[in-house]
Amino acid sequence: MNMMEAKTSVRRGSVDMTHGGGGRAMADLIKDLFHRHLSNPILDQGNDAALFDVPPGRLVMSTDGHVISPLFFPGGDIGSLSVHGTLNDVAMAGARPLYLTASFILEEGFPLADLERIVQSMAMAAKHAGVPVVTGDTKVVEKGNGDGVFITTTGLGVVPDGVNISAMNANPGQAIIVSGPIGDHGVAILSKRENLEFETEICSDSAALHKMVADMIEAVPGIAVLRDPTRGGLASTLNEIAAAANVGMTLDETLIPVSRDVSAACELLGLDPLYVANEGKLVCICDAADADALVTVMQSHAEGRQAAIVGQVTDDPAGLVQMKTEFGGSRVVDWLSGEQLPRIC
Amino acid sequence: MCLAIPARVVSLEEGGMAVVALEGVKKKISLALLEDIAVGDFVLVHVGYALHKVSAEEAERTLELMASAGILEEELDEMTGGAA
Amino acid sequence: MKYVDEFRARDLATKLASAIRNEADPARSYHLMEFCGGHTHAIFRYGVQDLMPDNVKFVHGPGCPVCVLPVRRLDDAVELAERHDVILCTYGDMMRVPGTKQRSLIRAKADGADIRMVYSTLDALKIARDNPDRQVVFFAIGFETTTPPSAVAIKQAEREGLGNFSVFCNHVLTPAAIQHILQSPEVREMGTVRIDGFLGPSHVSSIIGSQPYEFFAGEFAKPVVIAGFEPLDVMQSVLMLVRQINEGRHEVENEYTRVVTREGNLKAQELVSEVFELRRSFEWRGLGSVPYSALRIRERFAALDAEKRFEVSDKKSREVKSCECPAILRGVKRPTDCKLFGKVCTPDNPMGSCMVSSEGACAAYYTYGRFREMPKPAGEVAA
Repeated sequence: MNMMEAKTSVRRGSVDMTHGGGGRAMADLIKDLFHRHLSNPILDQGNDAALFDVPPGRLVMSTDGHVISPLFFPGGDIGSLSVHGTLNDVAMAGARPLYLTASFILEEGFPLADLERIVQSMAMAAKHAGVPVVTGDTKVVEKGNGDGVFITTTGLGVVPDGVNISAMNANPGQAIIVSGPIGDHGVAILSKRENLEFETEICSDSAALHKMVADMIEAVPGIAVLRDPTRGGLASTLNEIAAAANVGMTLDETLIPVSRDVSAACELLGLDPLYVANEGKLVCICDAADADALVTVMQSHAEGRQAAIVGQVTDDPAGLVQMKTEFGGSRVVDWLSGEQLPRIC
Repeated sequence: MCLAIPARVVSLEEGGMAVVALEGVKKKISLALLEDIAVGDFVLVHVGYALHKVSAEEAERTLELMASAGILEEELDEMTGGAA
Repeated sequence: MKYVDEFRARDLATKLASAIRNEADPARSYHLMEFCGGHTHAIFRYGVQDLMPDNVKFVHGPGCPVCVLPVRRLDDAVELAERHDVILCTYGDMMRVPGTKQRSLIRAKADGADIRMVYSTLDALKIARDNPDRQVVFFAIGFETTTPPSAVAIKQAEREGLGNFSVFCNHVLTPAAIQHILQSPEVREMGTVRIDGFLGPSHVSSIIGSQPYEFFAGEFAKPVVIAGFEPLDVMQSVLMLVRQINEGRHEVENEYTRVVTREGNLKAQELVSEVFELRRSFEWRGLGSVPYSALRIRERFAALDAEKRFEVSDKKSREVKSCECPAILRGVKRPTDCKLFGKVCTPDNPMGSCMVSSEGACAAYYTYGRFREMPKPAGEVAA
């Protein structure tokens, strides 16, 4: 195989077993596709491992495997999602993310043009976030053994001194803040699912939150809890926190931001927005006295424009998350059980 | 049982289909179970089918009935000094 | 959302709540069976019970098609997918319902069976068109609401000559089940279940109309109010039932007039009777064998009947013995009376059907209502 053929195949062809075989085809793929788009001084060292200095402080590390169908969806794709997802996990520890790594599992036959789109989108997300992808890996599996592409990213970050964020810190009396309307990501994905298609302008909220988090921590270093309500939605995240801290929560349904279209799509499919996934939202728990200031800081960021206080932490050994309904009643907001499936009854 | 939701017909399509809108969400559904549906009508949608037309007049009447139940009580309360 | 938001308005709820409180006679209690899971769901999700006086009690009925499907029929569906290698299309609701030995469609799918979740019978037809070399079976469940779409699909498949499509029909009928409950010894003789009135089905009635309930409202002297599924509809209907009971009336009244007429949807009824006919008897989970309570595909459409196309083996289907779903479905027991409830049986690991469907009494209780059975934590604001 000569260079010309290899180049052509990177632009137009599809992934085959040679792209993971360790030979020249793999080297070309890495060079022409991954390095070209993700280029930065550390990655460009071209070694198997990234070498870098670490700043003083406590390091946090988080890893996240990304599998999603469809790979391209309104508001993003698996590439940008894999950057945002891991950056947010790092940021939820109160950390400033420094570096990312990326590992790709490609399915034989996957169009290289699509792969390039994904890598470009990843590069753009990383650049926008100011966090480079410093090392990576590629493997190819036989057709039928993967779903196009799986991406695992790992993030490394450093936590400022004095910051101690953990679900266990939630205490009765504290305020619960949500950074914006919930359910956009999950509904955007569902709208493109086979046998379910509906038309909507709802886009995934996929976004990196670490810049907003940095400002939040600067304003209120004593933030108790930060979490991103991804799979399982807001309801599951709040239940996780309640269980970890052995507290209860009372939410006010009227205060929880949900867009009209997300509500409508959920009505149509029999879903509850509280259980629908988000990829660019966070839940923050802080002392009630700090809540308004934090909301103001969050609202100064595009990612937190509609931030709102939605409830408070209560003293409840049973660890129940309860909600005062818009209707004037009350109910328990439980964990998500199983997967949220569209229902007819 | 039977999750169904009222949605507005925004266009009539080939093969007895229609596009309905619920806020900004649009879905193609079947009109096979109904006659004489026009754009602008509200229909009750269940598993991709319109089951019945929603009557605007009747919806209004029901809401008035609900509101009047309360009013009657308020008047009663006033008459009896809230002892009812 | 027009015709939705108005019927969830808090100010009207407050008014209706005070009207019910004022009109409900404190000297008696009102046991109202909501037949439909849709009502059960609305009552729990919006916290309607909180707005009711203590002497108005809801008795949860069996109106959840997922809950009443006997294990045997589910086992048959699993067998169709596994042994006959068909593409089995199902509504999402059925995916997690445990069959014999806790085997569900989602488990069968994990083990390689081709089971596809669809939103509509139209999607199932599309799958059949897209896979001409595979047999595609639509697992049809549901009451009168969900039946007409199955009828449309069968007629459409016939018209298109879709030889690889068939329907596994499990459609059941609401009035037969209500009548069966009213005739049950628990209600009639033993008095273990007290029912003073019914919240009648909303969307089922959009198809069948309010007329079919007239017989047993008279025969069994129980008031029926056809009620919409929005929380204000439920409250208004409760008020109407309280008034009927106070006045000793037992009529069929219609609260859900924006969608339900006395005659119902005649076109849908015609389609259904063209494609389906009554089964002499059908097994309901919880209710046992109920005469003339279900539909099967007529002989004329036999080619599209999965029960005729595929032979299913005679098998011993078993429910979990200590599961109280049957008694709960009859209103004889409450979810919390079941030994498994919340311990072995949770929405994550359902033992019985009532814990699976979000309309099932157990799931609704577990998800939304458990705290009512617990001591109130300090500092909790009363709603």
